[in-house]
Amino acid sequence: MGATSEQVESLVRREYQHGFVTDIENETVPPGLNEDVVRLISAKKNEPQWMLDWRLEAYRNWLKMTPPSWAQVKHPEIDFQSISYYSAPKSKDDGPKSLDEVDPRLLETYEKLGIPLEEQKMLAGVAVDAVFDSVSVATTFREKLSEVGVIFCSISEALKDYPELVRQYIGSVVPENDNYFAALNSAVFSDGSFVYIPKGVRCPMELSTYFRINAQNTGQFERTLIVAEEGSYVSYLEGCTAPKRDENQLHAAVVELVAMTDAEIKYSTVQNWYPGDEDGRGGIYNFVTKRGECRGDRSKIAWTQVETGSAITWKYPSCVLKGDYSVGEFYSVALTSNHQQADTGTKMIHVGRNTTSTIIAKGISAMQGEQAYRGLVRFGKGAENARNYTQCDSLLVGDRCGAHTFPYIEAMNPTAKVEHEASTSKIGEDQLFYCKQRGISEEDAVSMIVNGFCKEVMKELPMEFAVEAQKLLGISLEGAVG
Amino acid sequence: MSAVDHYLNAFEAEAAGLPGRGQPWLDGIRDAGIERFAEVGFPTPRNEQWKYTRVAAIEKRRFGLPAAATPVTARQLEPFLFSGLACDRLVFVNGRYASALSSISEGEVRMESLAAVLKNEPALVEQHLAHYGDMKRNAFTALNAAFMLDGAYVHLPRNVAAERPVHLLFVSTEDGGEFAAHTRNLIVAEEGSSGKVIESYVALGDGGYLTNNATEVVLGANSELEHYKLQEESLKAFHIAALDVHQDRDSRFTSHAVSFGALLGRQDINAVLDAEGAVCNLYGLYVADGRQHVDFHTTVEHAKPHGTSREFYKGIIGGRARGVFNGRVHVHQDAQKTDSQQSNKNLLLSHHAEVDAKPELEIYADDVKCSHGATVGQLDDNMLFYLRSRGIDKEAARGLLTYGFAQDIIDHMSLAAVRDHLEGILVRRVPAAESVAGIL
Amino acid sequence: MLEIRDLHVSVEGKPILNGITMDVKKGEVHAIMGPNGSGKSTLSHVLAGREGYEVTSGTITYEGKDLLEMEAEERARDGIFLAFQYPVEIPGVNNSYFLKAAVNAGRTHRGEEELDAVAFMKLVREKMKLVDLKDDLMKRAVNEGFSGGEKKRNEIFQMALLEPRLALLDETDSGLDIDALKIVADGVNALRTDERAIVMVTHYQRLLNYIVPDHVHVLAAGRIIKSGDRSLALELEERGYGWVLEQEAAA
Repeated sequence: MGATSEQVESLVRREYQHGFVTDIENETVPPGLNEDVVRLISAKKNEPQWMLDWRLEAYRNWLKMTPPSWAQVKHPEIDFQSISYYSAPKSKDDGPKSLDEVDPRLLETYEKLGIPLEEQKMLAGVAVDAVFDSVSVATTFREKLSEVGVIFCSISEALKDYPELVRQYIGSVVPENDNYFAALNSAVFSDGSFVYIPKGVRCPMELSTYFRINAQNTGQFERTLIVAEEGSYVSYLEGCTAPKRDENQLHAAVVELVAMTDAEIKYSTVQNWYPGDEDGRGGIYNFVTKRGECRGDRSKIAWTQVETGSAITWKYPSCVLKGDYSVGEFYSVALTSNHQQADTGTKMIHVGRNTTSTIIAKGISAMQGEQAYRGLVRFGKGAENARNYTQCDSLLVGDRCGAHTFPYIEAMNPTAKVEHEASTSKIGEDQLFYCKQRGISEEDAVSMIVNGFCKEVMKELPMEFAVEAQKLLGISLEGAVG
Repeated sequence: MSAVDHYLNAFEAEAAGLPGRGQPWLDGIRDAGIERFAEVGFPTPRNEQWKYTRVAAIEKRRFGLPAAATPVTARQLEPFLFSGLACDRLVFVNGRYASALSSISEGEVRMESLAAVLKNEPALVEQHLAHYGDMKRNAFTALNAAFMLDGAYVHLPRNVAAERPVHLLFVSTEDGGEFAAHTRNLIVAEEGSSGKVIESYVALGDGGYLTNNATEVVLGANSELEHYKLQEESLKAFHIAALDVHQDRDSRFTSHAVSFGALLGRQDINAVLDAEGAVCNLYGLYVADGRQHVDFHTTVEHAKPHGTSREFYKGIIGGRARGVFNGRVHVHQDAQKTDSQQSNKNLLLSHHAEVDAKPELEIYADDVKCSHGATVGQLDDNMLFYLRSRGIDKEAARGLLTYGFAQDIIDHMSLAAVRDHLEGILVRRVPAAESVAGIL
Repeated sequence: MLEIRDLHVSVEGKPILNGITMDVKKGEVHAIMGPNGSGKSTLSHVLAGREGYEVTSGTITYEGKDLLEMEAEERARDGIFLAFQYPVEIPGVNNSYFLKAAVNAGRTHRGEEELDAVAFMKLVREKMKLVDLKDDLMKRAVNEGFSGGEKKRNEIFQMALLEPRLALLDETDSGLDIDALKIVADGVNALRTDERAIVMVTHYQRLLNYIVPDHVHVLAAGRIIKSGDRSLALELEERGYGWVLEQEAAA
């Protein structure tokens, strides 16, 4: 197996492919956080008073809170005063009216990343709301969407154009004092996406946002809000990749989903932010709060994530199943290599009757990667006949990595039923030998086995995303296995 | 006065009278215990290990040491014996050894009151006593270390296969009042030895006492021990216990832990597989109803390669009861080729009951095979229907299936007399008990 | 095509094979028999290139090349096929994907064009008939959830597909009932050609009633203690391994 490990390591050691920095002048607020900074952010965006009040409330709550310490991750204490809380590409001031007006270097960056902003997006039928640092610079397909009444814009624009809608839903799933990072986000969120699908509308295309962290030392505090009215459907894709940086960058996003009666939201993520170098220097700290609420009967929320990037991932996309017969799903592949750490999982809170949830979590740890699945399944007293099925499997590659499983099950209703299964295994020597004996190279064998291991999750991703995700796994793992 | 102050004062007042006082090594243990307890006090739900189990009710009481002598007759003990089982027996009343009620046969296996050993031959136990139970992890273990009063010392010499099981019977009496019995057992199985030890905790009447037990088991190379722990305390009592097991190479340890009694029962089981080839089997059954609260916390530490562990726990929770299971398997970096399986299944019988299950895997080695599973639910509809279609009424069918659910755990016990005893208790605790008893 | 000379092999420092010498020519069928622990499976694993075996001395030459210098997958692509005693389950990996990768790895190695999906499926259908496997097998994960008999038939099916020049059958008969054994044996017999050599490792003589070998070797304590033709196998069946071992001890 010696040779194998070496090959694997050489693959793992491939430099981050997306490590380049776009040189664009940024308008950046000096580092530090106080009420004035919160006011400044709100003022820059011409927000209504209630929004500022809400932000200040969040900030005051945040001051009283302490960072969570229960996660299975290690990092130096974060100096929140050394982070700049606002940056916008300068060209924004002129306000690009079309793609032609967008800084060509920005477009070039996207090009390098292979993001389908132009022809590709047409081919893929993807509407792109590209977020460069903190401000939205281009939104496409808006017209086509508005024909059916779908609103898809940046949250700043939504605050201008649909303030009442935003006011009604923001913070209704993740309150401003939900947790340390959510409170921070609520105080300083810069921008993000807003999606509103009216009653009975099936969104005609996959909605997609590519996030990108660029300016040095700029924390990213995205806020996404998706509301699916009665009987509507939307599939939302979020993909990330970041340029190489030496200093850690904090990312504390909040995503809120609301599904009304018979509505369905499918939220897919491929996360490939800079994970740090092979010695564990640099990389993104990804502390995200994602939660969806199935408010109406028979509503459905499905989270699918492929997490290969970031130095530290702290993320638990959750579903609160309030409506009777509502459905929550969580499909996850997380890969940690080199010195990456991930503590991720989900919460399924069953409130309504006949609610069902499914959790399929696949963790791959390679090199010195550390990974924990942490999940909660709770059946409240009223969750008659609720069902949960959980499966979390870990695949270990190398002998310095770790894989941990911490599921919490809380059942308060006797008619509810939860089944949890977990397993940990390594890529077996006998499996590799069997493949090699059939003439298949070790690398091919490994990628076959890994893709087989993740198959149940990959099939939940929209096609174009699945391809990208498989590629990512390949880049992150090829040669990492032995 | 705070609870901590109460126990500090009690220690100051009683320490001189505790067995073995004056032995420097033992004094060191007791002093470390009370210091640790003073430092941390009783655990709160903020402590992850006690997230689902509040001990405020224990903290509120001011338990003292048990009175010196409480008369109990051999006849009163009969319901707690295993008929047909030839065994040696050490009886403890309110935490103190009762020689008149005990019966110990001649043989190579040494068994006696720990208090007597501490007084007369403390050097015998110095090597092992309080070496395995972690005071830092568990405040109750620290409290026990400070106050340990009596219990059993069982020693299986090298290459000796014990012919008879040893039964350690801990009886609490209602007239003992609100006392705390800090019992401590030490079981040492030397290399190549084998034996069976049964600990049972029972009550005469329904006293509101506290049992705070700590048992340490040390297994030498290639030794084998089957350990039974039957908890049938009074339904007003508190039962807190820690079983700490240390395993040398190729040793085989099997634990059967059964919990029927106590208002609040909390059992920690920690096994360290500290050498190659060790095998650890943990079986558990907990049945709770009314306002009972039962909590099992198990940890299997795979520290060395080629270890095997199997863990099967089942719970039946009804009424307004709450059942908690936390099973942790920790595979250290050195522990390659570890083979570990864990399963926890719970029957939740009532709308007012609650089950909290937390199976945990923490793995730092790569060449391992580990799995765990947990379920919470009710009886299978298909099975119920099948029984009913054969003419068994619904309640009896529920009772039978509940009985069968639990039976599965009891079946792993090698001593038929203990199985019979437990089945007798079990059949009274399932739905439609009378019909079920009639059918069986 | 295969020459083994004085082969010594150890596992974790413990000698398992203690000087094996044998020749296999193309078109020949050899049976290696022996009691449990005699080193039969070790020999087939060493031939296929499994890691964890230390060749302490001796040589293996395959088609003029030093076999011991070749990686397992190189050997496979060069025409050596091992039918596993315990075929390995690979969860999540679809059989058809797996086999296509294997077939094309061999074709690329030989300088042939890769088969496209249509041509591949055509080939599969043709070969499946040989061992009576059903189409749905291709949609299932490699060996996962297969019965013992299905696993063994799948091995022979793969052999048919990969068309090796040297096939090693490691206890292919063990765990099979008589009907399954016949199917497997018929499959193997259909694959007997003048160009292909087959080495069968088996514990039981039964298999040799269905696949008649040209040569029979008795392996004990890591050495070939007796070689002969098929009659040797029949004699073993009748008298057990005891008498050869005694003969050996006497000699």
